[in-house]
Amino acid sequence: MVIEPESEEPGSSLWSDARHRLFKNKLAVFGGITVLLIGLVCLLGPLVISYRESDQNLQIAGQAPSAAHWMGTDNLGRDLFVRVLKGGQISMLVGLCATAVSLTIGVLYGTISGYFGGKLDAVMMRFVEIMYAMPFAIFVVLLMVFFGKNFVLLFVAIGAVEWLTMARIIRGQVLSLRQQEFIEAAIALGLPKHRIIFRHLIPNVMGTVIVYATLTIPSVMLLEGVLSFLGLGIQPPRSSWGVLIQEGATAIEEYPWQLLFPAIFFSLTLFSLNFFGDGLRDALDPRASKD
Amino acid sequence: MFRFVAIRTLQAIPVLLIIATMTFFMVHAAPGGPFSKERKVTPEVLRNLEAQYGLDKPLLTQYGNFLWKAVHGDLGPSFKYANRTVSELIGDSFPVSAELGFWAMLIALAIGLPAGILAALKPNSWLDYLPMSVAMLGICIPTFVLGPILALTFGIRLEWFDASGWFSWRDRVLPAITLGFFTAAYIARLTRGGMLDVMNQDFIRTARAKGASEVRVLFYHALRGGLLPVISYLGPAIAAEITGSFVVETIFNVPGLGRYFILSAFNRDYTMVLGTVLFYASIIILLNLVVDVLQVLLNPRLRFD
Repeated sequence: MVIEPESEEPGSSLWSDARHRLFKNKLAVFGGITVLLIGLVCLLGPLVISYRESDQNLQIAGQAPSAAHWMGTDNLGRDLFVRVLKGGQISMLVGLCATAVSLTIGVLYGTISGYFGGKLDAVMMRFVEIMYAMPFAIFVVLLMVFFGKNFVLLFVAIGAVEWLTMARIIRGQVLSLRQQEFIEAAIALGLPKHRIIFRHLIPNVMGTVIVYATLTIPSVMLLEGVLSFLGLGIQPPRSSWGVLIQEGATAIEEYPWQLLFPAIFFSLTLFSLNFFGDGLRDALDPRASKD
Repeated sequence: MFRFVAIRTLQAIPVLLIIATMTFFMVHAAPGGPFSKERKVTPEVLRNLEAQYGLDKPLLTQYGNFLWKAVHGDLGPSFKYANRTVSELIGDSFPVSAELGFWAMLIALAIGLPAGILAALKPNSWLDYLPMSVAMLGICIPTFVLGPILALTFGIRLEWFDASGWFSWRDRVLPAITLGFFTAAYIARLTRGGMLDVMNQDFIRTARAKGASEVRVLFYHALRGGLLPVISYLGPAIAAEITGSFVVETIFNVPGLGRYFILSAFNRDYTMVLGTVLFYASIIILLNLVVDVLQVLLNPRLRFD
């Protein structure tokens, strides 16, 4: 373990400490490696495989897994392996983009609410409480039905649903950071507010942000899956794991592997991300409750 | 407590108003109308249809009419199901969803609580690892994967239960398990966490020192505190089961409100969509209130304020 020499205050060796704790947690390391591997395979695999996602060949439709088609073919004779990898790219992309949207909203909202405090804070937090009572999944469904078939809208809508918890957590952190000397010093020096927020407050909540980002990605991917399963998410010719699972579910009696392979990839990714996120949380914030 | 309930009920009014307004304008801003899919509708017939349902009036008038009627409990006629009102349709389909949700919750609690308690009593033993691994699986296998697999295995191949419809008890089993599995997994994890926290506290040691039996320590002293995280999860859990029911009801052909909601959204059945959203929102607000009251009643450290 290398400990940075400038570590005077207790917070500054946080990252090396955290790395140490994370690497000791075998499940978390396993989860992280698995996610990386799946991501790499999804990214690079389609470049290596000689089939393309769109290659249809009705003569080989619905084949079982074989040496030529590792996961078999779907009912249009498309190679399932390459479809699963391509679908994985989309699912992960949606997961990352929607999480980025929810993080941006949540972090800004929470920081502003916590930093300015007082009446503004009270109003903003009351608003969050009201939003918690909203049946959000229902709104996402409606949005997708009425304005759907739009890739960007999909992750903006999902992202706009998931920011509430993030905003609450960040606000709590900022409230306690505000009491510390370095922020008081920054205020006393007369630094402009946006500089205090972006240069001093937000970098200090990055640990929490990373943890909850890791835990938000799987829940976002799950929501995308639900929407795609209902026919409201990704539209053809693009496909995601949710779309493939839906196609597999309709063909499950004759071709069970068409459900099995995308389902395994999907569940394994969620599984690994959850373990990795739990491990990160324990590593970066040992006091946080474990559920 | 009466004050708390009264305030929260009053707070629900603006929330419902916001939800109604958002839904109303979203529905009306959407391209395509409820009758645009109907084949060979002459402009005249279309105008008559729109006049019949008040769609020819200015949008704000329609909005005002909708709110006025909704306040009086009249959600209007359905656009798609002729001669049926939205209230009737909800009245028919909600009991189905509620029954499904009830069985799912029962399964979730019956599996989740004992599994979590056992895991917490013998942490880091196989009694801990086994149920917790299954729980992690339950959290990561989505309902839309579990549903078809259960339907194929136990419905079609083994023919133990029915995989489609809603007639006898044989139809209830698979959808309820599918819907309840995730919640069971989550409850197991929460119970384990909550019980572990409580079992390490001083008052448990005191109780043991006084010679209380393990059974009494567990059920009389520990459970009340240990279950608090579970109680606070029940609100979100119910919301999750409502969303989950869209998927589960679709997979197993259950004529519940979730499926009606998806269908009416696809069909642009404006009144039905608006009515269902308002209904769902009221249910969620009501259940959240019940959960909050329960939480305070069980935890003396919290107060109503």
